[in-house]
Amino acid sequence: MHIVVCVKQVPDTKIIKINPKTNTLDRRSAPAILNPYDAHAVQEAVRIKGNLGKGHISVLSMGPPQAVEIIKKSVEIGADEGYLISDRAFAGADTLATSYALSKALDKISENQSIDLIICGKHAIDGDTGQVGPGIARRLDIPPVTNVIEVCEVNEQERTVLIKRKIVNGYELLQVNMPCLLTVEKEINDIEYSPMPNMIKAARYKPIIWSVNDLNDVDKTQLGLKGSPTIVGKMFSPPKAEGGKRIEGTTDEQISRLMEVLMEQKELFNVK
Amino acid sequence: MEGYRGVWVFIEQNEGEIEGVSLELLGAGRKLADKLEVPLAGVLLGDGVIPLSSKVISYGADKVYVIDHPVLKHYRTESFMRGVIQLAEKYKPEIFLYGATPNGKDLASAVATDLCTGLTADTTMLDVDVEKRLLEASRPAFGGNIMATILCKKHRPQMATVRPKVMKALEPDDHKQGSIIEETISLKEEDMRTKVINIVKDVTKTASLAEAHVIVCGGKGMGDVQNFQLIHELAETIGASVGGTRDVVEAGWLPHEYQIGQTGETVTPKVYFAIGISGAIQHVVGMKNSELIIAINKDPNAPIFDVATYGIVGDALEIVPKLIKQFKEIRKAEGGEISYA
Amino acid sequence: MPEKFDVIVVGAGPAGTSCAYTCAKNGLKVLQIERGEYPGSKNVMGGVLYRKQMEEIIPEFWKEAPLERPVIEQRFWAMDKESTITFGYKGLEWGVEPYNNFTVLRAPFDQWFAKKGVKEGVLLINETVVTECIVENGKVVGVRTDRPDGDVYADVVVLADGVNSLLAKSLGFHKEFRPDEVALTVMEVINLSKDKINDRFNLEDNQGCTIEIFGDSTKGNLGTAFIYTNKESVNIGVGTTLSSMIKAKLKPYDLLDYLKTHPMVKPLLSGGESAEYLAHLIPEGGYRSVPRVAGNGVLVVGDAAQLVNAIHREGSNMAMASGKMAAEAVIRAKEREDYSESCLNHYREALYESFIIKDLEKYKDAAHTFEHYPQYFKDYIPMINKAASKFFTVDGTPKRDKQKQIMRSITGEKGTFKVIQDMYRAWKAVK
Ligand SMILES: Cc1cc2nc3c(=O)[nH]c(=O)nc-3n(C[C@H](O)[C@H](O)[C@H](O)COP(=O)(O)OP(=O)(O)OC[C@H]3O[C@@H](n4cnc5c(N)ncnc54)[C@H](O)[C@@H]3O)c2cc1C
Ligand SMILES: Cc1cc2nc3c(=O)[nH]c(=O)nc-3n(C[C@H](O)[C@H](O)[C@H](O)COP(=O)(O)OP(=O)(O)OC[C@H]3O[C@@H](n4cnc5c(N)ncnc54)[C@H](O)[C@@H]3O)c2cc1C
Ligand SMILES: Nc1ncnc2c1ncn2[C@@H]1O[C@H](COP(=O)(O)O)[C@@H](O)[C@H]1O
Repeated sequence: MHIVVCVKQVPDTKIIKINPKTNTLDRRSAPAILNPYDAHAVQEAVRIKGNLGKGHISVLSMGPPQAVEIIKKSVEIGADEGYLISDRAFAGADTLATSYALSKALDKISENQSIDLIICGKHAIDGDTGQVGPGIARRLDIPPVTNVIEVCEVNEQERTVLIKRKIVNGYELLQVNMPCLLTVEKEINDIEYSPMPNMIKAARYKPIIWSVNDLNDVDKTQLGLKGSPTIVGKMFSPPKAEGGKRIEGTTDEQISRLMEVLMEQKELFNVK
Repeated sequence: MEGYRGVWVFIEQNEGEIEGVSLELLGAGRKLADKLEVPLAGVLLGDGVIPLSSKVISYGADKVYVIDHPVLKHYRTESFMRGVIQLAEKYKPEIFLYGATPNGKDLASAVATDLCTGLTADTTMLDVDVEKRLLEASRPAFGGNIMATILCKKHRPQMATVRPKVMKALEPDDHKQGSIIEETISLKEEDMRTKVINIVKDVTKTASLAEAHVIVCGGKGMGDVQNFQLIHELAETIGASVGGTRDVVEAGWLPHEYQIGQTGETVTPKVYFAIGISGAIQHVVGMKNSELIIAINKDPNAPIFDVATYGIVGDALEIVPKLIKQFKEIRKAEGGEISYA
Repeated sequence: MPEKFDVIVVGAGPAGTSCAYTCAKNGLKVLQIERGEYPGSKNVMGGVLYRKQMEEIIPEFWKEAPLERPVIEQRFWAMDKESTITFGYKGLEWGVEPYNNFTVLRAPFDQWFAKKGVKEGVLLINETVVTECIVENGKVVGVRTDRPDGDVYADVVVLADGVNSLLAKSLGFHKEFRPDEVALTVMEVINLSKDKINDRFNLEDNQGCTIEIFGDSTKGNLGTAFIYTNKESVNIGVGTTLSSMIKAKLKPYDLLDYLKTHPMVKPLLSGGESAEYLAHLIPEGGYRSVPRVAGNGVLVVGDAAQLVNAIHREGSNMAMASGKMAAEAVIRAKEREDYSESCLNHYREALYESFIIKDLEKYKDAAHTFEHYPQYFKDYIPMINKAASKFFTVDGTPKRDKQKQIMRSITGEKGTFKVIQDMYRAWKAVK
């Protein structure tokens, strides 16, 4: 059983604060982290491997050289191996170009050991498009299942996976043939506190780093900025709503004024 | 690029129920189509869905492309994708919109990859540049209280997923005429690599949040999880639903499904209390269409006041308890009982 | 059998990292374990980094280390309620290589320093708490962490876990602190624009200034306060020994607020916004409370060994020096394949010959003196302020008469003999 998890390095939006006045980032100490959803993706791979009692977990990331850090983080969680594709040619990729590059890397990875399952996060918190996962699936022509909240069963004989997928008002139970691609929600599992041997392994680990030329039959026009159909036209401040009235005065005055306003819609507040 | 004409909207339906967002997109798509002087089409896939076509037309479509097939009974990426791609390759729309729902995003992502075209995610504003015939899909940009307009110049169709509840549906017009184009497709269940075993409905909290008439949403400004109880207490007192900002959710004060905003729920209640919330665009896009917005923030320059109907500059920790007290008194006075609307 | 290292270093502060770095550079197999999310994430320090000891570990570190400003001016304030006597030194020679010392922020600095260790081959593990030393027949053979399968083994364990070293305590090296052996310090990092800092402290872009404040900064209790300038923020902090805090029923945070709003201080900070708030212990017992620092298979370095010069607020430098000495002892022990206390005691000897213990010894009575004779802070500082005010106020009185008045008023309040006695004691304490 060979599981590959796609992991992305993202800026920690908990730490990067947007300064509401200037509309800009407050960059003071903004470390890059493993995309939280991807951490759950790795954890799920570890859980599956654990249940099967065997298997091999690889993680794959496209990003700058520093992204080795999040691959090490994945090894802490329990990944066996990590690949980073890093090259100027990939820079400025939108989701289409990203899924292309990643699919080429996946082809290469599968040369050593064919892939049974690919797991992605539901989305990356820096852009939250959630488009790369399904994109990869299409390029490899395997079925994608998005918004997965539980992997109930992996049947190696039948080569099927039983999955709960979140939908608007509940979930659907799906059976999917392997190989397939899942994108996972946070609630799929809790990240476990990694055992010491993993920590030591991760501290030592040196990911395999590939450049474009290490990948096979790549059409460079589909990479990076060139390969990205979408471009950012303009940036603009959100259209200012007319801005409401202020309720001035002492706290008590403010409150009684507010109550007047609210009581115009009494019925909403069950105080009849 | 040549020969791509028309604006399309993917009509998402669950067991014969058309999703609200699809109707909203017909409204938005209508405007785009009129500007470009092209027809607006709905794309409807499913099993026994032809009867829904008239509704699609009454909400603004000139045409409905329908693929009706038993294999399409439940949504599945592989089957729906094949139908949609077949249509798109045959009839070549220039703009193709989807609701940013789990299925809409899933389908659009797969289709965009096969059509090798651009897809803008979670759009909150739509417009067109008429002479360039360019879709201008805008969304909050990462890393700033700022919007970015995403363009797709060299590829067609120009695709976007659009957040629910940000566009307005038209009043249905039952006399509106439109054509229904039925398309056949060869799908065999045994070819499907995904099988739907069953579908389990449970009204999750988010659903109730989406339907709530009154929402009390608290932000990081509440200080800590203890103080955040005030939000729960106020909500309980007035029979409202509780919501939170992403920072609140990340701080673990509320579970994820209570998050309101770009990556959470979009809500449009009659009354929305924004308490201790700065009003970052990623939050605002999720609540700005609420009817009455009350903002309480101690920073007079907080952007939340720009979208608020009424703004109160002050300390939530002082104001909210008094507000709770007021409501409790009124209720006593009027002998009203709390019942959750 | 979990794998075995040459040395395990507990803690990634200045002491731990100096030790880990030096060991790794000499080819030892080093595991360094840090509790925080990353080195420096939990660490508090006013922020003066002394060049000398750092340079002995990483020559010309200032070319690459994330430093704030080189300190070119040191001011000392003897502060009363509405006045202060200022003295100090400003020298441009401190603003050019090789510099004297620097202001730093611990989070970026500790991270950078730890990375240097990692480059030398240190295996650094964060977010992991060492819960105890594993002791087998009288010898420390490894550590137990709070992680699953958390035991790791090594020939030597170096405890660099900071002032409160629970690990050293559990080995019986420390006893619990006496309240007069530690100061509780609270500090705040306040963001201020470059220009404001440069104007208010009279500095250029890459010049820094430190102010050490005595007297009313601690409401007259034994202790000191400080203000250090970073690039675009200032660190302000105040600390007193636990004992005087208990005696005077002070809350540390009130003390800091009192300082921030003190008329002598407020204008320096106005308009700044608070970035972080930290509280931390500093060992101030000095010479007298340095614990046992070597045992079978174990060494104690830095704050964990109480190596801080309270009077001069030196700690990180002693931490680094001690870390390096410990490393040298470990390397020596490795050569001899002997990790017994007697062999590792080489570290203790080095320590006692170094400036560290010498300084601590020199000042061994200071803290106690000031602790037991509060009049230095309570009475004399206000007194000299009054004196200065009298002396410098131009009111037509001849200077000679002024001096007489001043002396009279001082001795009058205290009695000549007592004053002389106090002065002598103070002089003895710090001479
Ligand atoms: C890709 C991406 C997606 C995102 N998606 C979302 C999303 O879906 N939803 C979302 O909410 N955010 C989202 N965010 C985060 C968003 O940018 C803001 O960081 C977040 O909304 C801020 O939350 P907040 O207003 O609670 O906290 P803050 O921005 O910290 O605001 C706290 C406010 O409380 C006020 N305050 C403090 N004390 C008091 C008091 N005692 N009384 C009254 N007022 C007080 C302060 O003046 C301040 O205005 C996203 C960010 C990114 C980058
Ligand atoms: C407010 C203040 C101002 C100061 N100002 C100065 C100054 O200006 N100049 C100066 O030279 N010195 C100053 N000092 C002293 C200086 O900070 C210390 O002497 C120095 O940090 C000691 O370094 P250390 O490595 O021994 O301990 P620390 O820096 O405290 O490092 C100990 C490390 O061990 C980790 N740790 C602790 N327990 C465990 C465990 N069980 N498992 C794993 N990891 C653990 C901690 O997280 C920490 O990272 C100041 C101290 C304070 C509190
Ligand atoms: N550069 C990348 N490298 C590896 N995986 C990625 C990358 N970008 C996106 N992914 C994967 O795709 C998921 C969705 O990302 P996105 O479509 O950007 O929201 C992420 O959770 C990752 O699993």
